[in-house]
Amino acid sequence: MVRLTINGSPVQVDEGYTVLEAARMYGIPIPTLCHADGLTPYGACRLCVVEVGAAPRSKLVASCTTRATEGLVVRTNSARVEHARRLLLELYVATSPQSKRIQDLASAHGVQECRYEAKHEDCIQCGLCVRICNEQMIAGAIGFAGRGTTRHVSRPFDRTSDVCRQCGACLYVCPVCELRCQAGTADTALCNGCLNFSPPCFNSYDDAMCFLDPCHACELAGPFRADARTKIRATATAR
Amino acid sequence: MVERVHHITDLEELERVAIHGRASLYPERIKILVGMATCGRAAGAEEVLEKVREVVEKQKLPYIVAETGCIGWCSQEPLLDIWVPGRPRVTYGRVTPKQVPDILAALPEAKTDLALAIMTGDDNPLTGRRWDYSNGHGPKVDGLPSYAELPLFRRQLRIVMRNCGILDPASLEEYAARGGYHALWKALWQMQPAEVVREVTASGLRGRGGAGFPTGRKWQAVRDAKGSPKYVICNADEGDPGAYMDRGVLEGDPHSVIEGMIIGGYALGAHEGVIYVREEYPLAVERITAAIHQAERSNLLGDRILGSSHAFRISVAKGAGAFVCGEETALIASIEGRVGEPQPRPPYPAEKGLWGKPTCINNVETWATVPVIVARGSAWFSGIGTERSKGTKVFSLVGSVANTALIEVPMGTTLRDVVEEIGGGVPGGHKVKAVQTGGPSGGCIPAEQLDLPVDYESLNAAGSIMGSGGMIVMDDHTCMVDIAKYFLDFLQDESCGKCFSCRVGTQRMKEIVTKISEGKGTEQDLDVLEDLAWMVAETSLCGLGTSAPNPVLSTLRYFRSEYLAHIRDRTCPAKVCKELISYTIDPVTCNGCGACVSLCTGEAITGEKNKLYTIEQARCTKCGACLESCKFDAVLVN
Amino acid sequence: MPTVESPVLDETIVDKYEERRANLVPILQEIQATYSYLPEPLLRRVSRKLHVPLSDVYQLATFYRCFSLKPRGRHVVQVCLGTACHVRGGPKILDRVETETGTVGLGTSPDMEFVVETVRCLGCCGLAPVMKVDKDVYATLEQSKIKRVLNRYRKKRPAGKDATDG
Repeated sequence: MVRLTINGSPVQVDEGYTVLEAARMYGIPIPTLCHADGLTPYGACRLCVVEVGAAPRSKLVASCTTRATEGLVVRTNSARVEHARRLLLELYVATSPQSKRIQDLASAHGVQECRYEAKHEDCIQCGLCVRICNEQMIAGAIGFAGRGTTRHVSRPFDRTSDVCRQCGACLYVCPVCELRCQAGTADTALCNGCLNFSPPCFNSYDDAMCFLDPCHACELAGPFRADARTKIRATATAR
Repeated sequence: MVERVHHITDLEELERVAIHGRASLYPERIKILVGMATCGRAAGAEEVLEKVREVVEKQKLPYIVAETGCIGWCSQEPLLDIWVPGRPRVTYGRVTPKQVPDILAALPEAKTDLALAIMTGDDNPLTGRRWDYSNGHGPKVDGLPSYAELPLFRRQLRIVMRNCGILDPASLEEYAARGGYHALWKALWQMQPAEVVREVTASGLRGRGGAGFPTGRKWQAVRDAKGSPKYVICNADEGDPGAYMDRGVLEGDPHSVIEGMIIGGYALGAHEGVIYVREEYPLAVERITAAIHQAERSNLLGDRILGSSHAFRISVAKGAGAFVCGEETALIASIEGRVGEPQPRPPYPAEKGLWGKPTCINNVETWATVPVIVARGSAWFSGIGTERSKGTKVFSLVGSVANTALIEVPMGTTLRDVVEEIGGGVPGGHKVKAVQTGGPSGGCIPAEQLDLPVDYESLNAAGSIMGSGGMIVMDDHTCMVDIAKYFLDFLQDESCGKCFSCRVGTQRMKEIVTKISEGKGTEQDLDVLEDLAWMVAETSLCGLGTSAPNPVLSTLRYFRSEYLAHIRDRTCPAKVCKELISYTIDPVTCNGCGACVSLCTGEAITGEKNKLYTIEQARCTKCGACLESCKFDAVLVN
Repeated sequence: MPTVESPVLDETIVDKYEERRANLVPILQEIQATYSYLPEPLLRRVSRKLHVPLSDVYQLATFYRCFSLKPRGRHVVQVCLGTACHVRGGPKILDRVETETGTVGLGTSPDMEFVVETVRCLGCCGLAPVMKVDKDVYATLEQSKIKRVLNRYRKKRPAGKDATDG
């Protein structure tokens, strides 16, 4: 057993646990994009950063790839962590403003402005699709190619390889939601739909098959929007 | 020279080899040495060597012709040295093949009009002794300064570079004559492994690759780590643009690195070492590979080294063109046949490195220093340098400085002494604007801070880092916004791309700085830039990312006014940023020679021959060829 | 040396290496040195021989700069963009080289004569700006000299090239 401190509280986990796993076990929320239970931790999205150690030597580390060690002092919501998350999310929104998942995360962490030019990229290179193909489906049909800004997920030689079994796991696991965020206007990267508490999804998509977690807007709007609550229940029973 | 094969199994045999080496280093005939490292070759040393051989053969001169490595006087390459027994060694600089017959014809006298300096003897920090060339006969040659008097050399203390420019890197015998492999013998036969680690720790040696981590502590961690086998790696990836210290050592004195690694293997219980050299250094790869084979044939590598029970083998791995592979974990990944994507640390390589086993990675300079520490002792070494930065550091001093050179100075020497005394100051009457250290992970130190001592702490406090040793002097012709853009361009190109912060962060930082350099920036952009820089530094996965903002942050810190000039006034004070300058022809000075016309990429120069030419601004591509070609100073930059 | 259009591939290059993952980069380096690029059939053979997924081999081939998936130009022009060369006009030399060879950005020229690359630091910073064509180094360059230097290579063929190819 390893004993450490998270947000001032002593916690205890088995050897080999990461800080992220330890926090999750105790119900302490840490946002992630490139993490998925059952796949090896990757440490690419940097959203799961937490502050470890005591000032002035404390530093930010990715909780998904940091082992929980004896006596470690972790803070998941310090000012430094929150600031880092906001800046990261601001950049994520600029990179892929059409992603509902990212817009939800941005709203949840209080991102109020996006000062960067929006790029509308479809891939944030979280590596989930590559990892699920390699580790769970044991196919290895896709992988990364290139380096730096030219790095992208690719099929070797841009041709579908014969090891691809068309299982669709890569589509399933992608966190950049296929459901385009409909609210807001095109000239601002932030949709702010959730902050407006009038989630647009159910207005536009009566029979939306949203297989991701419930929209953050729905969670926020829950106590205020009785009709939304009814719609969630209706959709849930209909599946 | 036919190479003798030696089976060195004890000290006596090593001494016998050394005697051969001394006879070859200091023969009884006139010896001609040509500097044949990459910088020499780039300047034309191959043609000079060919000419020397041709003349010697044709005239059947009884001279010995030899090659040597880089003595560090890069601005004077090709260098040719002649030693007449009993006299000082004479160095000729900027030698052309045409000059060779005259120089040789004058022998045994020196051709003083072409010579640069004289060397009166060879110091050897490994043995603490000096080989005096002239055997007591008149050490001076009229009119020529000695190395000990030259500002470029008198402050230097060449420990790592001890043999570069003195011996033939292909000669194991000469290396032995300079005390080579004697430290290894001492470690193997007179010291316990733990003792070797203690000595390295007590010496205060810190990693010379850039981070400055205490070497002894790293060695101890590897010793304590559980797992076997253990590995030793030499990081010769040297990717910082403008830095070529490691190359100088590998090309000029490869055995010093081998000896250091064998000693390291003994101290840490490792029996296998890898030298990872970047593939852009073909000559260094050639030299180190040849040296390894020599050592293998001579019982210095393999089983039962020097008759002891220690076994050690070294292999060479070539890089494949990725700056990020200079990072420890990326380097290891590359050796293992994977892409150079850094791994999160901990676990550190000392615990889990190559093939998941405890691994000690050190830089070329660090390994080359180890034999000297073992031979002279930690107390001697820690007497050099400052309180927390011991020993010496090799720097590639380049840029706007009269003496571009590979120098080695004790830690604590001030930047001013390096730039003004050793470097000879900025040529052409210009002034120092900044000194850049640490490559793309470092920063620019402004002229006002030139009295800063060169040591790890002082450079860190000033917003830069020691880095691997690249030191670039910049004058007022350099635009600091352009420099920030240059480094960001480099980093964005070399980022492995795995983590979001670095991949997207460096890209966005480059976009903002580019915008500013084009005169399209706003003051809000500076705030965004600072936020972005903070985020990239705090959240990146590896050192490339966390240090990527340094060039931007340091230039913003010391040269904010220059950024503001680009933003508020839309001007580039140094007249560098293309979009903010224009080229015009002065109607008064232009005499219509037309030299500029054919080179103009935009075909923008029109006019009448022998009368006057003008540049059509709309077509001008700002290539600057006109400025370069005009011999009448008629082209102006505004 | 095989022609660029239809290389005669010698698969024994791959076979002489031991089946260890650590040999992956050295094998690719040898293939690159022999053919001046990495032909797809050889990469597939490497994947099979070393039991490494093709996507991994492909990732290596596209990650490291010394590898090319397409045939490279006959003569390698490397313009130094080390910091010292950058400050002394290296970028202008690069622009001029690109103009003269017809390459748009870095890469192989349309006539396959040259491949233009940048390199960081050849170590002759005192003689900046510097450029290297094949094994020859040219220092203290000026834009006016570039055309002449490149023309020297236009007429030459690299050593060993088959006299019968067109």
